[in-house]
Amino acid sequence: MKRTFLISTAIAAILAVNTAAVRAAVNVVTTTEDLWSIVKEIAGDKVSVESIARGYQDPHFVEAKPSFILKLNRADLLALVGLELEQAWLPPLVTQSRNAKIQPGSPGYLDASRTVKIADIPTGPVTRAMGDVHPQGNPHYWLDPENGRRIAKAVQAKLTELNPADSAYFAERYADFDRRLAEGEKRWQAAMAPYKGIKIVTYHRSWTNFAQVFGLDVIGYVEPKPGIPPSPAHTLTLVQEMKSQNVKIILVEPYFDVKTPNAIARDTGATVLVMPPSVGGVKEVPGYIQLFDYNINLLVAAIKKTGAR
Amino acid sequence: MLRSSFTLTSLRPVLAAALVIAPAFAYAQTPAVQPAAQPTAQQLREEVERLRAEFEAVRDSYGERLAALEARLKGIEPGQPVPPVVTPPTAAPTAPPPTPGAPTEAQVPAGATGAGGPTGSLPFYGGASAMSKIFNPDIAVIGNFLGAFGENDVNPRPAFEMNEAEATFQAVVDPYARADFFLAFSPEGVEIEEGFLTFPTLPGGLLAKVGKFKQQVGKANTLHPHQLPWVDQPVVIDNLLGGDEGLNDSGISVSRLISNPWMFLEATGEVYQGSSSVFQSFERSDVSWVGRVRGYRDLTEATNLDVGASIAYGNNDVGPGFDTRLVGIDATLRYRPLRRAIYRRFMGRTELFWSDREQVADDVSAFGFYASGEYQFARRWFTGVRYDWSERAFDSSLVDKGPSVTLTYWPSEFSQVRGQYRRLRYAEGATANEFLFQFLFSIGAHGAHTF
Repeated sequence: MKRTFLISTAIAAILAVNTAAVRAAVNVVTTTEDLWSIVKEIAGDKVSVESIARGYQDPHFVEAKPSFILKLNRADLLALVGLELEQAWLPPLVTQSRNAKIQPGSPGYLDASRTVKIADIPTGPVTRAMGDVHPQGNPHYWLDPENGRRIAKAVQAKLTELNPADSAYFAERYADFDRRLAEGEKRWQAAMAPYKGIKIVTYHRSWTNFAQVFGLDVIGYVEPKPGIPPSPAHTLTLVQEMKSQNVKIILVEPYFDVKTPNAIARDTGATVLVMPPSVGGVKEVPGYIQLFDYNINLLVAAIKKTGAR
Repeated sequence: MLRSSFTLTSLRPVLAAALVIAPAFAYAQTPAVQPAAQPTAQQLREEVERLRAEFEAVRDSYGERLAALEARLKGIEPGQPVPPVVTPPTAAPTAPPPTPGAPTEAQVPAGATGAGGPTGSLPFYGGASAMSKIFNPDIAVIGNFLGAFGENDVNPRPAFEMNEAEATFQAVVDPYARADFFLAFSPEGVEIEEGFLTFPTLPGGLLAKVGKFKQQVGKANTLHPHQLPWVDQPVVIDNLLGGDEGLNDSGISVSRLISNPWMFLEATGEVYQGSSSVFQSFERSDVSWVGRVRGYRDLTEATNLDVGASIAYGNNDVGPGFDTRLVGIDATLRYRPLRRAIYRRFMGRTELFWSDREQVADDVSAFGFYASGEYQFARRWFTGVRYDWSERAFDSSLVDKGPSVTLTYWPSEFSQVRGQYRRLRYAEGATANEFLFQFLFSIGAHGAHTF
């Protein structure tokens, strides 16, 4: 009994410890490196920004590690992709963050999907027989530069709200990002112009927005259904379809196994491109604008090499 | 619904502009129609009165039409064509009709951040019918079907058993709290497996839970049957922590992060009614207590170590004045490479418990532990091993021990099939050689993964 008392006193003492942590002016935590890069573009060095997921990680399957609770505990702003992309891991982290600022509905909770154009919104009934579908639409929307611009605008507004003293700085950074993005869009569209309507196959349904913007025609997926691993029957059908339509490009996200895509490539003479859908997906992609530069270059080089149409 | 009201809001200024412009236009034209007559002050007043009446009539008529439009838009599901707008005979300059049908790309106004579910999402895709569902909790049902072959003379399970259907209801209560309910439907009846309110944003960095929940003693005790990496419970949980139910009681839990530069450190203090398989209250003051400290550290981006120490103390079922004290330590090592997170992972875990139980004859100090490893070797395949060794809480001379191996197949995130071979040597001398299997399946909302 005495020992128990001592232990409970010790616990109470630990609970009462009040630690004064040194904090930066504004702390931002983003769920993905794409959002991290956009926030960084606007925030410059006025704000500290951290991402939970790495760009080479499947954003659906991040683990809710307690170390992320510590990051969220100190955050003034949480920027997330939304549309249930982070459904499996973000809610428990936010609940355990003990941080009122970033709870859903609070000013520090920025769901980027609220400001963007969303593709693939199911129009009919949705069931899990369709695989791991996102009933609110495709969450990989950042692969449309226009959506990147919209997110940047929302981030600028939010940072201004949190840190009004630096509003001119954020506005200037936004204008600069907007300008560089517009230049980039011209560059990318020009590079892709000769290949509009080119047929490709992708592993997961990550590239819908990208394909819409740059005129790619996605004729099939290595996954039989979203989130369902490749099956022999589906692969066979896909190979036949690729042969009949003369498809020469297979896009694979860095976090998927390339075994099946390679087998398909051998059968069809296509090229497998490991193309990062996110900032940080490969070393050469440290930021949002470089993400498109890298991917467009990779794609154009592959199209030239394979002579795909 | 969000989209519809947005359309209406953007329509409103146009209609308002039309209201203002229409009479003004009419007024401007009046002199041109009767240029000859020089009106008196009286005539002018009458004219103004007439125009005002006309203007009010037009305004009222637009008001009604606006209300009617609003009502109609509420009743329309996006995706269905909007019924044609019936133009009343008094039509002045026509405002543009609402865009029929819903565009395939829904545009949501910026800044419309709402407090919905845990992710703050409002389903804007379902129209009027979804409106009623917005505030409904996330609902899921998880089925746990068990089977067993082989022989077990000490603690036999049925050949087949729909062991449990767990219904979960989870939602945000208000800006200050969220609620989670886990109702277990089993052959024994319906039970509140857990049902609690969480206050995530208390002052002082505290996180509080109130309700009935699994006590924070170790790891396996806090997991629901479908979250365990085995078909059964480790023997030490059966012998020292009260079996299938485990330590699960009504009470209050408060936890806090302890800031330090090295690791995640969390301290939890809990007080319970005293009504579980281990603790039993005979008076109101016979509450039971739990304290836990948990430390976590990332060793690399793929590897991490999670350790904890727990203590539980309270009156036991022998009678008033007889106490049980449980002390446990646990350690978990996880490895999951980020680039191949969906194909490979390893988790090694061990939990050790010491139980001190006051009994009528003499007090019993019993010890038990398990050690386990689970390895994912393909996207859908896991294999695992576990070794159990545990004395019994009421007699430490009785020891149950033995190994298990498991193989798990995941068709998808929402179902799994598992087989487990278990060879348990019971203290009575009997050895049970069993093959256990399990089908787990879940429907409804996609819950968060456990870590």
